[in-house]
Amino acid sequence: MAFESLTDKLQNIFKNLRSRGKLSEADVKASLKEVKMALLEADVNFKVVKQFINSVQERAVGQEVFQSLTPGQTIIKIVNEEMTALMGSETTEIPLKGNNEVTVIMMAGLQGAGKTTTCAKLAGIYKGKGRRPLLAALDVYRPAAIKQLQVNGEKVGVPVFTMGDNVSPVDIAKAAYAHAKANGNNILLLDTAGRLHVDEEMMQELADIQSAVNVDSTIFIVDAMTGQDAVNVAKSFNDRIEIDGVILTKMDGDTRGGAALSIKAVTGKPILYVGMGEKLSDLQQFYPDRMASRILGMGDVLTLIEKATAEIDEEKARDMNQRLKKADFNYNDLLTSLNQVRSMGSITDILAMMPGMGNKLKDVDVDESQFTQVEAIINSMTPAERENPSLMNMSRKKRIAAGAGVDIAEVNRLAKMLEQSKSMMKKFGGSGARKAMKRNKGMFGGFPFGF
Amino acid sequence: MLKIFERLVSGLKKTRRGLSSGLKRVFTGNEIDDDFYDELEEVLIMADLGVETTENIIEDLKVKENELKIKKPADLQQVLIDTVKAQMDTDEEAYSFENKVSVVLVIGVNGVGKTTTIGKLAAQYRSAGKKVIIAAADTFRAAATEQLAEWAKRSGADLIAGQEGSDPAAVVFDAVNAAKARKADILICDTAGRLHNKKNLMEELRKISRVIDREFPEAARENLIVLDGTTGQNAVVQAKQFNDIMDITGIIITKLDGTAKGGIAIAVQAELGVPVKYIGVGEHIEDLQKFDKDSFVDALFMDEEEEEAAE
Ligand SMILES: Nc1nc2c(ncn2[C@@H]2O[C@H](COP(=O)(O)OP(=O)(O)O)[C@@H](O)[C@H]2O)c(=O)[nH]1
Ligand SMILES: [Mg+2]
Repeated sequence: MAFESLTDKLQNIFKNLRSRGKLSEADVKASLKEVKMALLEADVNFKVVKQFINSVQERAVGQEVFQSLTPGQTIIKIVNEEMTALMGSETTEIPLKGNNEVTVIMMAGLQGAGKTTTCAKLAGIYKGKGRRPLLAALDVYRPAAIKQLQVNGEKVGVPVFTMGDNVSPVDIAKAAYAHAKANGNNILLLDTAGRLHVDEEMMQELADIQSAVNVDSTIFIVDAMTGQDAVNVAKSFNDRIEIDGVILTKMDGDTRGGAALSIKAVTGKPILYVGMGEKLSDLQQFYPDRMASRILGMGDVLTLIEKATAEIDEEKARDMNQRLKKADFNYNDLLTSLNQVRSMGSITDILAMMPGMGNKLKDVDVDESQFTQVEAIINSMTPAERENPSLMNMSRKKRIAAGAGVDIAEVNRLAKMLEQSKSMMKKFGGSGARKAMKRNKGMFGGFPFGF
Repeated sequence: MLKIFERLVSGLKKTRRGLSSGLKRVFTGNEIDDDFYDELEEVLIMADLGVETTENIIEDLKVKENELKIKKPADLQQVLIDTVKAQMDTDEEAYSFENKVSVVLVIGVNGVGKTTTIGKLAAQYRSAGKKVIIAAADTFRAAATEQLAEWAKRSGADLIAGQEGSDPAAVVFDAVNAAKARKADILICDTAGRLHNKKNLMEELRKISRVIDREFPEAARENLIVLDGTTGQNAVVQAKQFNDIMDITGIIITKLDGTAKGGIAIAVQAELGVPVKYIGVGEHIEDLQKFDKDSFVDALFMDEEEEEAAE
């Protein structure tokens, strides 16, 4: 499903308009139709889209668009602003009580949404903040759900309260609360079974848990890939058990995630976090503006950049910066930046987050083994060779190639690449190099080669 | 046949109600005009058919409206039903693997219902008197093996498992050898959920597939992708990406007991040209049905009165 980006589409519509000088209402309508299609392709609920387009139209037919020299950009800007506003303009947190009290947080959602994993991720976050969380296993229905929570709890180093699967979830919640009180735990996270919003008996169970232990926050966990039905599900959960916030899971996929907009529109409740992977550390803040661009098909570039920056060792980066300034870049530096890129996850995973890349990756075919090869070559060098690339000569190259088990041409290629980037750095000179470095750092961990 | 229909009716109750009440409204109008097609578009998109499939259906309907000189919306309804039915045809050949010595590989993204579906499938094959082995090749998710072990117990199938974190291809290798040695009729392999844009995880799947091809070439191969019925347009992308790794031979749509319209089944079928073979309509062992296009489409487009009569 290789879709043209919305920006491209709108620019096409407006391409010939500038010579005519003026935008008509019909032009605006045509462009809003494209916006509508983009939102529908992103799984935003049809009714939500309709309302949304109406509100954008009101603004768009105002002076703003008509006077603009770049009407396409202006419409995108309005759409983006309206969406960000709708999605909540700042990031929110789950309110916590003081350290001497127990804050009770309950997970709720459909089957397979990711409650158990998310619950453990949250516990890990709170533990990292110096809190004393306790996890409680209330899914007595799905086979091995309790065991899954136990294993995850162990991985994040948070105790898990269980009573097996023969006790009612309400009673487990009560006992877990008493246990938390008695053991000085100040956050109690309740993992519940997945359930359908139309299953009255199971929804009642959640309501019963809420009143039995005075749940402070009920968090609705929802799969970011959910389609049109997201509004029904979210509305039912909110009507029945009043949710306090939302966590979107599986956002590391390539879904545009329009469900986020639908859910926000029908519940008005803040989106708190997004699940970005299966690792227990992969729970991230929710940024409304990024979500807006993603839904519009403009990619999740900001998240990508953030991910890259977060993983890079600041000090090493600074050190390398210095060397770059002097155009003194050797094989050790190359290895360091290579490892930095690596530590961000596989290159393919990272590229997959780029707009529209998910589907195109097989054509691009990033060859991870190339990295392994570069690494093998550098590892076959002596410390002196790594430090001082100018030592390189034919016999050394032969030895290195044999050591790395590659063709000598590969060693040559690498040497050439290093020389090229050095001369490039020289050209940039002092501050130029720094700027280039800064730019590169965002995307590729300071790796000064284009690849 | 009647039994299947009844099950579908109860399982798809919500599905049908959502779509049919809308469709009924659309088709009881007096005129076929732009408003009519706009409303039809709304109904189909709300059912998760997606923009592209919806536009294709509407284009097709417009052509037929002209060709057949149809004037009343009600007459177009039958045309729509027939068109979708023709597209969703699953012939009997689709299930021929069930009567051969076969290996069924079950794949899909996280949480769609792979493990549960395998439990249900194993139970069906067991009650047909077959010897079934299940391979626990999800060695990644915490307690995945324990979950599958419970389903093996419930269904009366043998389980072949490895350690958490061990190589899933090695588990499949062991399972294939066990299937041969024990003369099993069907080997079903569970796999870890994986997002289709994770290249290394998709490569792992390719490796598993190769092990089966290499070690058990004489067995019939069945590659079933499980899609969550509540998923939106991403399901189409999922199906395509998994299909690039191995030829998918069938689709299973789960969670159709909720209010999701399941229209994604139509979009995915259109995209891959691979039949939907089963649908999941609940969490219990008997909540899996063979996909039946007539029941499915009739149920999808049925009026409320007809629906009550069928119950
Ligand atoms: N309501 C409903 N729930 C289902 C269905 N199939 C699976 N589930 C539930 O979805 C959740 C995830 O299922 P699981 O088999 O663990 O998914 P996997 O990660 O793909 O193996 C579990 O809670 C299942 O009970 C279905 O057809 N209907
Ligand atoms: Mg599973």
